[in-house]
Amino acid sequence: MIHSLFLINHSGDIFLEKHWKSVISRSVCDYFFEVKEKAVDPENVPPVLQTPHHYLISIYRGKLFFLSVVQTEVPPLFVIEFLHRVADTFQDYFGECSEGVIKDNLVTVYELLEEMLDNGFPLATESNVLKEMIRPPNILRSVVNTLTGGSNVGDTLPTGQLSNVPWRRAGVKYTNNEAYFDVVEEIDAILDKSGTTVFAEIQGVVEACVRLTGMPDLTLSFMNPRLLDDMSFHPCVRFKRWESERVLSFIPPDGNFTLMTYHVSSQNLVAIPVYVKQNINFFETGSCGRLDITIGPKQNMGKTVEGLMVTIHMPKVVLSANLTATQGNYTYDLTTKVLVWDIGKLNPQKLPNLRGSLSMQAGAPKPEENPSLNIDLKIQQLAISGLKVSRLDMYGEKYKPFKGVKYLTKAGKFQVRT
Amino acid sequence: MSASSAFNDEKGGSSSVGEPEYGHDPASGGIFSSDYKRHDDLKEMLDSNKDSLKLEAMKRIVAMIARGKNASDLFPAVVKNVACKNIEVKKLVYVYLVRYAEEQQDLALLSISTFQRGLKDPNQLIRASALRVLSSIRVTIIVPIMMLAIKEAASDMSPYVRKTAAHAIPKLYSLDPEQKDQLIEVIEKLLADKTTLVAGSVVMAFEEVCPERIDLIHKNYRKLCNLLIDVEEWGQVVIINMLTRYARTQFLNPNINEGGGGEKTFYGSDEDEDEDEEEKEKKPYVMDPDHRLLLRNTKPLLQSRNAAVVMAVAQLYFHLAPKAEVGVIAKALQSSVLEPGMFEPYLKSFYIRSTDPTQIKVLKLEVLTNLANETNISTILREFQTYIKSMDKDFVAATIQAIGRCATNIGEVRDTCLNGLVQLLSNRDELVVAESVVVIKKLLQMQPEKHSDIIKHMAKLTDNIQVPMARASILWLIGEYCEHVPKIAPDVLRKMAKSFTNEEDIVKLQIINLAAKLYLTNSKQTKLLTQYVLNLAKYDQNYDIRDRARFIRQLIVPTEKSGALSKYAKKLFLALKPAPVLESPFKDRDHFQLGSLSHLLNAKAGGYQELPDWPEAAPDPSVRNVEVKESVRAVGTVTYRDTGALWGPQKMEGSEGCSFPRASDSASGSESGSGSEESGSGSESEESEEGSESEEEEEEEEEKDKKKKKKELKKPTIAPSSVLKNYELLHRITGEGLSVEYCFSRQPFSPDANMVAVQMQFTNSATSDTKNLHMEDVKLQSGMRVKEFPEIGEREPEDIQCTAMAVMGIDFCDSTQAANFQLCTHTRKFFVSIQPPVGELMRPIFLTENEFKKEQGQLMGMNEITEKLTLDAKCRNEHAIVQRVTTAANLSRVPCGSDKECRFAGRTVTSSSLVLVTVATKEEGAAQLTVNCEKMVIGTMLVKDILLALTQ
Repeated sequence: MIHSLFLINHSGDIFLEKHWKSVISRSVCDYFFEVKEKAVDPENVPPVLQTPHHYLISIYRGKLFFLSVVQTEVPPLFVIEFLHRVADTFQDYFGECSEGVIKDNLVTVYELLEEMLDNGFPLATESNVLKEMIRPPNILRSVVNTLTGGSNVGDTLPTGQLSNVPWRRAGVKYTNNEAYFDVVEEIDAILDKSGTTVFAEIQGVVEACVRLTGMPDLTLSFMNPRLLDDMSFHPCVRFKRWESERVLSFIPPDGNFTLMTYHVSSQNLVAIPVYVKQNINFFETGSCGRLDITIGPKQNMGKTVEGLMVTIHMPKVVLSANLTATQGNYTYDLTTKVLVWDIGKLNPQKLPNLRGSLSMQAGAPKPEENPSLNIDLKIQQLAISGLKVSRLDMYGEKYKPFKGVKYLTKAGKFQVRT
Repeated sequence: MSASSAFNDEKGGSSSVGEPEYGHDPASGGIFSSDYKRHDDLKEMLDSNKDSLKLEAMKRIVAMIARGKNASDLFPAVVKNVACKNIEVKKLVYVYLVRYAEEQQDLALLSISTFQRGLKDPNQLIRASALRVLSSIRVTIIVPIMMLAIKEAASDMSPYVRKTAAHAIPKLYSLDPEQKDQLIEVIEKLLADKTTLVAGSVVMAFEEVCPERIDLIHKNYRKLCNLLIDVEEWGQVVIINMLTRYARTQFLNPNINEGGGGEKTFYGSDEDEDEDEEEKEKKPYVMDPDHRLLLRNTKPLLQSRNAAVVMAVAQLYFHLAPKAEVGVIAKALQSSVLEPGMFEPYLKSFYIRSTDPTQIKVLKLEVLTNLANETNISTILREFQTYIKSMDKDFVAATIQAIGRCATNIGEVRDTCLNGLVQLLSNRDELVVAESVVVIKKLLQMQPEKHSDIIKHMAKLTDNIQVPMARASILWLIGEYCEHVPKIAPDVLRKMAKSFTNEEDIVKLQIINLAAKLYLTNSKQTKLLTQYVLNLAKYDQNYDIRDRARFIRQLIVPTEKSGALSKYAKKLFLALKPAPVLESPFKDRDHFQLGSLSHLLNAKAGGYQELPDWPEAAPDPSVRNVEVKESVRAVGTVTYRDTGALWGPQKMEGSEGCSFPRASDSASGSESGSGSEESGSGSESEESEEGSESEEEEEEEEEKDKKKKKKELKKPTIAPSSVLKNYELLHRITGEGLSVEYCFSRQPFSPDANMVAVQMQFTNSATSDTKNLHMEDVKLQSGMRVKEFPEIGEREPEDIQCTAMAVMGIDFCDSTQAANFQLCTHTRKFFVSIQPPVGELMRPIFLTENEFKKEQGQLMGMNEITEKLTLDAKCRNEHAIVQRVTTAANLSRVPCGSDKECRFAGRTVTSSSLVLVTVATKEEGAAQLTVNCEKMVIGTMLVKDILLALTQ
């Protein structure tokens, strides 16, 4: 299946290569570089490329390309999903998935890759299993290991590999037993010029951080599970209980994991928390334009909208912006032509406004399209769909854990067309 | 970099792996000089007897490999350390070996004996990794050794080692395809394996080595379907793809009689017990229960977090499900180009954002175009209008093409689209205009007579548009429909003749074309112009143009030499041309399996297995029936369940498995694999059970006979212990003289069978009377119920003998939550609570050995918990074990053929879920406890309680 993996940084250096079958020369990446040169944006590089003898399947994560080489038929999503799992694992181990961190932990990374695939077929991808075989780096341990000659590699088979709950390691012990859940919802929306919703849906995710001793069996129930539509679950969730009782019943992995993702797509359920009044004009003559944006609260369920930010990709001809903001700061990046207005908290009494003039390249024709506005925002302690966790029960263990649920609403791909 | 920096490296400490000097460009020449010396250091470090130095050296070497630097000259120094005790050093040496063994085959052979030793190690991880490395060393000379190792590992006790064996199969196959036959034998053996761990890997091996041997799947089909949900994600993808192909060869097309069929088949599978006797051609279509089993068991996986699994299930439904059911995949799959209609409700999910990457935009556009129909076209067109203004010009071009396709597909909007496109002609961006012209040309061809004004408009454009493709298109249009624009056409030709020499080749060709057509229709005005153009073309640099000019001249200008063809010139040039069909670029890939690489590339990738067409008549479905003993014997091996010495008959074969190291840690998972023999018939699926019912019954009878014989030999079942444990409810002191004790009487509670009977004993040692003893204020968790005991009258003080008894019933809902209530006398209230030990939440039931095994087989996977323990010294005999287990839990003994094993069965009181307990004893007090229970919580708690009872 997966023959080789190359990690390539933004500027096109291959800084790690791993082969699971015989070695494939790194020159195979030249085909990829050729395409990458042509694509303006790294995101525009097609994920699957065909070369005379190989197929290159790549993902772009954290400014890095994970490029895998396959030679035979394999579902492309299989490879893409696996590459993402590799990136997730690095993130989990090292806190971030970047070139620097991977270079600093090259040997651990290599050992991980060795365990994750055997002959190109996934062997162990559960974080709990991997962590028992290869312990994550930690300053204290590396000091101890240098002194004692100990190692970061486990010498017995992780219990998870053989158990019915491979995602959970055995013998977990904590002095503080806690289970926290974050319900994070992102609003994906497209609003048209007049402010009417063209399209809106909510992408929700329930992230969990569970540190519980032993083998707890948790049941998470919602006040209004019928809201949810199109869920996908972590393998630990019992499908049957969900289908029959609409509760999430599971033996959790140890540590952080994504319990479930869901969509709420029926449009009347999706509240749009802010409205945007905008007026962007480019004049035919005088090579300048005007910009006037006001943002106000709409359906925010009585919560404060925070972290408000507006990003505008200006047409290439806009040279500079001379604006005044009643609240927050704005920056205009001349090279990327991106205008960012960082507003912060939305005050309903005094609506933030940004207005002023844009100067354009002299003689250039006026851009025919007005740039669209990308809105970023956060609302704490609110799941915009109205989803609420009603209770968390624990069976199988005697102690009383600390429990907590946090809600957060964010703007996902929230775009206002102008 | 000099030797001194290398020296520093050596002292650099453990984290020197990431040192900047390695980070430099590997190809920079400067390093090579110092490389040599550095390798000397490394060699020294590897030769030292300190593990920490060796580790350090290996880490640096692996870092070199990771960066793609050559470290092959260290091979001899590294290979010496293959037997190093330090596990991390060992692993890194393995990494090195796998990388370089192919290049240094002779030296690599030195390490082989270490791996052979490793294969016999008691630690299963070592056995597995030895096999992994051995099979990854691509050295042809060791093929026989590999073969032997794989064969041995395939019957290892540890499922993990067997999984590794499955992985090793394709490795050996790629090294030496001649081993195929032997490898197929191993695959066959591993396919019969019942653990979820092995299933995915062996199917992978099957797909790589012998995908054509579909017959190997028959006996394992039902098992695979049933295990599927517990297999890890990656295995699921492979199994689902393989089963899709299998189903295409074994079942009938569910859409064979379109329309009526769909609804019926949904329930049809209930009544097809004797399907094989009947003639299928004449019968209405009935879905094979196994086909249904596959569809049903894959459906929940649509909710997997893994997109690859979702895609696999989606393609399975697409290729295998009746039309009526394919819809279920739509929601889970919003990113694929499938049949329209299905996705219509999700139209808006495909609206495009300006920040999407181009390839996503184009795909979304494709989906939108495919979804367009009469009802939604206006919405879609409005949406398209916004796209046209995008700054991403490739995307705009794609949008214009999409509009063109919508216009051809939906007649009603053709005019609207055309008008819209014509407006685009005045767009400032040339690319947009050009693309529009091309699309308009195609649209106009459908009904040119109506649109002469558009053609005129386009004729004017020739002054401005510079994009060759667009100019060429306009010229062609004018030429083709010159009779609609008789005045303008010659003028256009005039202008073109002027600029001829500066035009691109395709434009030149079209100018010649236009000239020829005008000459034929309007030779009076254009004769000279045509001559002029043809003369220019005659001396063009491009030979295509020269050829074309020569050809056309001969054809249209009548001379004496001109042949018969020139008579037909008009027919040749001005024939009515059929309007083009605007097609999706994604057409024509239907023949590939959805979601495959080949489907994506629209070209057959290596190793792609064609999805066969449905068979005309279904092959014999009975091939999938599984008989227990036969399946075990057929593969010629012992399932590890049998090595646990369950029943007599197989014990002999079991000894074969015993020759392998029986690591203490390797047994833990082995029980979990004891998938039932009947699992093939579907655990809770009634519909599919019928198929194999008959032989199950036969089997049961055989079992019964066997059991009868055994019963004579074995001790009779031991009845549940009568020793009941008393618990204190109220202490004498807190109760001010009234003390209450309770026990779980283990009698059925007659008023309500779902309640656990709690027998309470009241003793009054106070000096005053206690009256009106009753319960109040019962606080319960939701779902729990209590049947209160009737009020008890007076209790005389000092009358110690005269204790009162009362029985109450509590429905604990199969949980160990406490029932809290107040115990009230006429003067006082006491808060008390009753919390049941988990063992009291069940009632014993009687099962036969066979029933037990059957039930156990259905409670696999997450429902099974296994623990190893060392029995308490006083508890080494069967009697003591039974005693202790039955004291700990209200279960009854199940007769058993082996004296090494005790089995118990019960059902939980409230939900009647089965609880099965097995205690298998081994030498020296070692034992293994297995609990199978649908309620995992109960299972886990019960394991703890029984463990405690057996070890103390």
